[in-house]
Parts: sequence; structure tokens; C-alpha cells
Amino acid sequence: MRPSAFGVALWASACVALSFLLLPIVAIFSELTLGELRAGLTSEVARDALRVTLETNLVAMALIVFFGTPTAYLLASREFRGRSLLVTLVELPLVLPPAVAGIGLLAAFGRLGLLGGTMESLGLDIAFTKTAVVLAVTFVASPFYVRTAIAAFEGIDRDLVAASRTLGAGPARTFFRVALPLAFGGLGAGAALAFARGLGEFGATIMFAGSLQGVTQTLSLAIYQEFDVDFDSALAIGALLVVGSALVLFAAKVIPAWTRSTSTSTTLFAPSGSR
Amino acid sequence: MDTLHVDLDHALRSFRLSLALDVAAETVAVVGPSGAGKTSVLRAIAGLLRPERGRVALGDETWLDTEARVDLPPERRRVGLVFQEYALFPHLTVRANVAFGGRDRVDELLERFGIAGLAGARPGAISGGERQRVALARALARDPGVLLLDEPLSALDAHTRRRVRGELRDVLGELGLPTLIVTHDFEDATSLADRVGVLVDGRLLQVGSPSELVAAPADAFVAGFTGANLLRGVASASSNGLTEVALDAGFTAYSVDEARGRVALAVYPWEVSVAREAADDSAVNHLRAPIASIVTLGNRARVRIGPVTAEVTTQSAERLGLHEGEVVVASFKATGARLLSVE
Repeated sequence: MRPSAFGVALWASACVALSFLLLPIVAIFSELTLGELRAGLTSEVARDALRVTLETNLVAMALIVFFGTPTAYLLASREFRGRSLLVTLVELPLVLPPAVAGIGLLAAFGRLGLLGGTMESLGLDIAFTKTAVVLAVTFVASPFYVRTAIAAFEGIDRDLVAASRTLGAGPARTFFRVALPLAFGGLGAGAALAFARGLGEFGATIMFAGSLQGVTQTLSLAIYQEFDVDFDSALAIGALLVVGSALVLFAAKVIPAWTRSTSTSTTLFAPSGSR
Repeated sequence: MDTLHVDLDHALRSFRLSLALDVAAETVAVVGPSGAGKTSVLRAIAGLLRPERGRVALGDETWLDTEARVDLPPERRRVGLVFQEYALFPHLTVRANVAFGGRDRVDELLERFGIAGLAGARPGAISGGERQRVALARALARDPGVLLLDEPLSALDAHTRRRVRGELRDVLGELGLPTLIVTHDFEDATSLADRVGVLVDGRLLQVGSPSELVAAPADAFVAGFTGANLLRGVASASSNGLTEVALDAGFTAYSVDEARGRVALAVYPWEVSVAREAADDSAVNHLRAPIASIVTLGNRARVRIGPVTAEVTTQSAERLGLHEGEVVVASFKATGARLLSVE
């Protein structure tokens, strides 16, 4: 069959778009020899940055999941006035420029900020510490988790929740035994997305936490510091982040599919609950 | 066994649900068209819907009393609710689903419902009939004082449905619990329930045994729901002491019931006989018309003649050599023609 002109046009556009998206990633790897990659990744800057990134992101993810899951369940399962306004507020950091997030965090937690006096009297100075990195990552990454988690909880067939209640389970037991397991795939996907966003956090972190090697300098910040000093080192760190992000994205796609296949149901239950 | 008292008043989308019903150790079916508020009744009893005004009690245990501000949450009402689509937990095995309601009688219930062999299976991997038994076992595992079934047979295909209906009737009989079933199918209702209530637009039009509903339907809707032919027309007095009805379909029929003005004449298909010529028997109503269709249901044949459907044995249909398009006479007695007012 002869391909139609329209089909050719679709493929041509897709080729241009994909080439453009892939070119920088290919360039990172093709500009590096294996030796340079090894040297770049074993440098002190890179090792410190990797440690800081993992420490801060794991703490941030714990905070996001611990506070985000109940928040998402509340917003997904209760009807109350102002609910949609709250959902919008939760999503606000998604569209907020990172620089605004940074200045906002400084204005709130900085020495001269809104809570600065309280913090100081408690002997806490958050700005330009590891805690600041955690807060910046939590702020920008949490909407990715909460949004997906709301959709996952909303995707649960309401009859299943009702059935749990009529079988003698109170709201808490229903949450842990029914809602949480059924939303698990969606929650995992949301956590992976939030983690990917957190790994790449740059703008809010550099404003609120600075870029002190070994303290607040994450991988993204290290790339920025290294690229006019040692380009190859910056490339090597870049390569590490590409691999890390790709793995997380893969996990975000695989986890919900895996849950779906083990929990077939005739009901309207949708584990990933994308909206 | 305690009696379930239900008294509800609640605004639904386009009408008010307003109903009072007592269910002793018996099976009561609330039957009505979809959207009549049937499921809301069950949800209100189970505590999943809070009516504007009402009272729900099992014996002297009050579950809901809006005036006394009593409203127990679902988990504190001793109900076993079987959902229309069963609502089995997809992430749990059959055994874990049943154990969710209560751990004490799991093995006994799995055994009793013949699902012990499926204990390790997930709900997605078992058939519709099996799911229904799991749902029933799960509902009974918490040892309920009332059993509520929402359209228990509608999720099943026609073949399974007939078998499950028989099984369900036996189980309900053995349990002896106050049981409330809602269904849109009059046949399901009559085969499962001791008493049937017809719910339309949130109101119970009539409650009675299946035979009472068929024998004396309160109005045209109940008559139609129980399967009667409904022929609309205008009633007037006749010189022979009967009521003469000029049917809209162009025929004249007679009834022993007294009525004047617009009426619906109800006659059950099994009270209509079919012949080639009007027989000289006790029937006074004869409608001559071509056969529009013949549908065979096992040993019965439903023959559509003009505006009426007659139900005859397949044997009779064959003996008469009935075929579509042939002009025949449908006859029924004036005593079998009930006149119901039409609003």
C-alpha cells in the first residue's frame, strides 16, 4: 500500500521532534570517553553531590509520602466546601517558576522571613543548610505525588469502600486494608514522578540553600558549578542524572501496570487512575 | 429473630423517597423500574446514605433516628449487604474476602457455599455465579441481623441466573434472616420473596404476596409490572350488567369490574386463549387479528395477537398450527378482565 501524504507528514514531524529531544542526551554520552566518565564520577565534587542529592531527596520523599498520602485521601474521598480550591492550591507549585519558589521559601523560613524570628529563637537557621535543600525539594516535588495520589484514590470503586464499612471496618481500617492497597500502583507512580522531579531540582535550591559542596550542592547544582571549570566532569554528572531519571521514569510506568495485572477486577477499579 | 423497621423520607433527584416497611424473619423484595430509589433504600438501611428524615431499627436496636439524632456508622449496624456488582476486594483472595467480614466462621462458610476450592483464587479469576456466592459468604461472615441484596441476579447471564436463583432461594430459606432484596425483575422477586413491594418514583404502590399482586393489582403500573396485558380505553355501562370498554385499539371488551371513563383493562397472558374461530364458550371477549409474533419459551409459547399477548402451551400452538400473519381469535372472560384507573 502506498503511504499517504498525511502519513508521511506525521512521520516526518515525529522524526524532527524526537531527534530534537534525543540529541542533547546523545551528545552527553558521545562527548565523553569511558575514562572521562569514570574520572568525572569519582571526583570529590561528584561524590559529595551524589551523597547530598540522595540524602536530601530520600528525606524529602519520606515527608511527601507521609503527609501527602493522607492529604490526597482526604481530598479524594470527602466532599466539602472549598475542596476544589484546595486541590488547586496543592497543584500550584507545579506551575510556579522555581525562582519564585526559592524566594518564597526564603521569605518564609529565611532569617528575616515570616517564621525567621520563631526559628531563630528555637536556635534553628534553615537557609543554606541541608534542611533547606529538603524543604525546596519537598515544595517543588510534592504536587507530582499528591496529584497522582488523588487520582489513584478517586479511581477506587466507591462500592469497595462502602463494602468495607458494611463488613464492620471503620474508616481507618478501610483506609489501610482497602484504599491503600488498591491505590498502591498509583501511589508508586506518583512517588516515582516526584522523585524524578526532586532529583533535578535546581532553581529553588540554589536560591534557598545555595551551592555549598558537601552540604547543599546537589548533582544539578554541581553540573552548574563544574561546567565552566571542568566540562567533562559536568558531562559525567549529567550522564549519571540521565540514567537515574530514565530508571525512575521506567519505574513510574511499570509499577501501575504491575499492580493492574495482579488485581483484576470486574468493578470500575482503576489502579493508576489517571485523570 | 428481630424485625427490621424501616421508615424513610428523603429527596432524590426528581422525586421523594418515602417508604415504611417492616421485615420479619422473611424475604421481602422491593421491585420497581430502575431509578425508582431501590438502591437508596438499601444504602439508607446500611448507613451509607443519610436520609433527611427517618428511622431504621432492628428489634430494639436503633440504627437511625433522625429525630433522636441517632445515626450509627455502617460498621456498627449488623447488616450484610450484597452489592449489585458484588464489590469483592480485587486485591484479596476469596478466603481473605470472606475473612474480612469476620474470622470465626470462614471455613464453615467456604464449605457451605461450595467455594472452599476457590479459597486461594482472586475474584477476577472466578465466574459470576461463584462471585455471588463469595459475596454472600462474606456478608454472612460478620453474622448480620439483616441481609440486604441489591439486584442479586442482574450481574449474571441468563443461563447462570436461573440456577443461581434456585440456589439463592434455598439459602435464604435456610438462613431465616430478615432479608430485603431490591430488583427490577418481577420474576426474580416472586421466585425469591415471600412478600413483594412495588416501588415507583420513591413510593411503595402495593405490598403483598406475589399471588396477591397478580390477583388484585392496585393500579395499572403494578398490573403491567406483574406481566399483565394493559389495554387502554373508555369504560361505560352496558345493558348486560357488565362494563363495556371501547378499547383504543379499536375493539370492544367487557369486564365485571365497575368503572367509568378512561381505564386500563388488565388481562394476564395465561387467561387469554387462542382459536381459529370464536368458540361458543363462557368467554365474552373475542379479538380477531393477525398473529404478529410467536415466541417460544421452553414449554410455553407467547403469541402476540393485535394488542394482546396470549400464553399457550407449545403443544397447543403446534396442534393449532399457528404461524405469524395468520388471522386468529384471542378470547378471555369478563371475569379475567380487571379495570384499573389511569391517572
